[in-house]
Amino acid sequence: MCGIVGLFLKDESLQPDLGRLLGEMLVVMTDRGPDSAGFAVYGDGVSGRIKLTLRGERLDDVVAALAGKAEVTRRDTHLVLSIAEAEEESVRGWLALHRPDLAVTGSGKRIELYKEVGKPGAVATRFALPQMAGTHGIGHTRMATESAVTTAGAHPFSTGADQCLVHNGSLSNHRSLRRNLEREGLTFETDNDSEVAAGYLSWRLREGATLTEALDAGLVDLDGFYTFVIGTENGFAVMRDPIACKPAVMAETDRYVAFGSEYRALVGLPGIAQARVFEPEPARAYVWERQ
Amino acid sequence: MPEVDLARSTRRELNAALHALLPETNETHWLVRNPGGQHALAAGINAPVTVEIDGHAGYYCAGMNQQANVIINGNAGVGVAENMMSGMVHVKGDASQAAGATAHGGLLVIDGNASARCGISMKGVDIVVKGSIGPMSAFMAQAGNLVVLGDAGEALGDSLYETRIFVRGQVKSLGADCTQKEMRPEHLEILAALLAQAGVEDSVTPEQFKRYGSARQLYNFHVDNASAY
Repeated sequence: MCGIVGLFLKDESLQPDLGRLLGEMLVVMTDRGPDSAGFAVYGDGVSGRIKLTLRGERLDDVVAALAGKAEVTRRDTHLVLSIAEAEEESVRGWLALHRPDLAVTGSGKRIELYKEVGKPGAVATRFALPQMAGTHGIGHTRMATESAVTTAGAHPFSTGADQCLVHNGSLSNHRSLRRNLEREGLTFETDNDSEVAAGYLSWRLREGATLTEALDAGLVDLDGFYTFVIGTENGFAVMRDPIACKPAVMAETDRYVAFGSEYRALVGLPGIAQARVFEPEPARAYVWERQ
Repeated sequence: MPEVDLARSTRRELNAALHALLPETNETHWLVRNPGGQHALAAGINAPVTVEIDGHAGYYCAGMNQQANVIINGNAGVGVAENMMSGMVHVKGDASQAAGATAHGGLLVIDGNASARCGISMKGVDIVVKGSIGPMSAFMAQAGNLVVLGDAGEALGDSLYETRIFVRGQVKSLGADCTQKEMRPEHLEILAALLAQAGVEDSVTPEQFKRYGSARQLYNFHVDNASAY
């Protein structure tokens, strides 16, 4: 069992409230996933610069070493580096050489990605999620069933620039899929099946598929149970397996599209009483993209 | 009329009050405000009362219902009226998966759509869905009637026992051992009564439906399969 939430804003005036709304949704899903939590927020992007989110210990050393190269925002165990695009390779090179212990949880123009062990409310507070602004965000509360409770096993997983995925369910063919994707040059940080699903979509997008095409192909290639919520730089998507094994509820208004594993997660959203509330159909890719 | 505001009271307080009702109670109409999608609302009632839930309900709403009339002015989550024994449950919006699962009796009316596995393993309940139903509905259904004014998803009535299924729209596919059957006068009569109970007798006629049921090849012993045992 896990809990998933997602919020994609259509109305710009809600952007300052994104983190607060997403955080409230995440906390409601605590009893679906009390052991760890994570979330990705798509905030401001600066032209010509990218963000790297790092997770690990002894972050002061990193701040000191990269002074001058990166603008740094520290949030508890995570560090967000804003660097010039041209510096990405050298910064990643420095990290690989000097700090291989650090995990890069996400990278891209706008994504920031945080995950930690603990109750969702505590995780949201540690990273100051309620204060974050943005256009869209997704979150996950985990109840580990088949692997250990570790931060690395927490969602979301990001396997491409500004891409991330959260998953409720389990995949049966992730081993063979992983081998195929590794041959295509993808690398994985964990043994988690959900990271393979993220990698699969990243690979399809890299090969030129649209988000809808990538998800449609996933219906054929991914074997198992899943409800996915996916974020890209400008897009937000939801897909369930053909027998809809895992729960999903959505709400749409003129101001937002919201996803929750249960309707309870959506109760605090503005204007929810007037929203179109529906259950996404099995085996159908739902995609919203900002132009 | 007792009114319970779940923004102030807990779900356990609500259910405890409903469970304490005696058959001769005078508190026969309850209103539940701010349900907020909470689970197991009005589950386990055994009294002839009406409970109106003003909003969306979570999982297993009105589960195990006996005698009561539970009205949901919104959508219902997974397993609404699961294992209902008698009474009536009326969902004015959509129902999620496994609506009416394993229910033995009573009537479940869903004004909107019901998603996957509607009426799974139903054991005598009558279900009327005014919209469409999702895949794998009436899986292993044993008794009762499932009436669908819209369409049915894939694998309708898979491994069916003796439930009667009436569908007005399209059936995407039939499950194993489910087959279309002749609509005889006694079936039209059953259907007419259910349409009347669901309040749609003026706009919908029994003749618009097709009947589906078990081919009885799967659960009955067949001598040709003897070598398989």
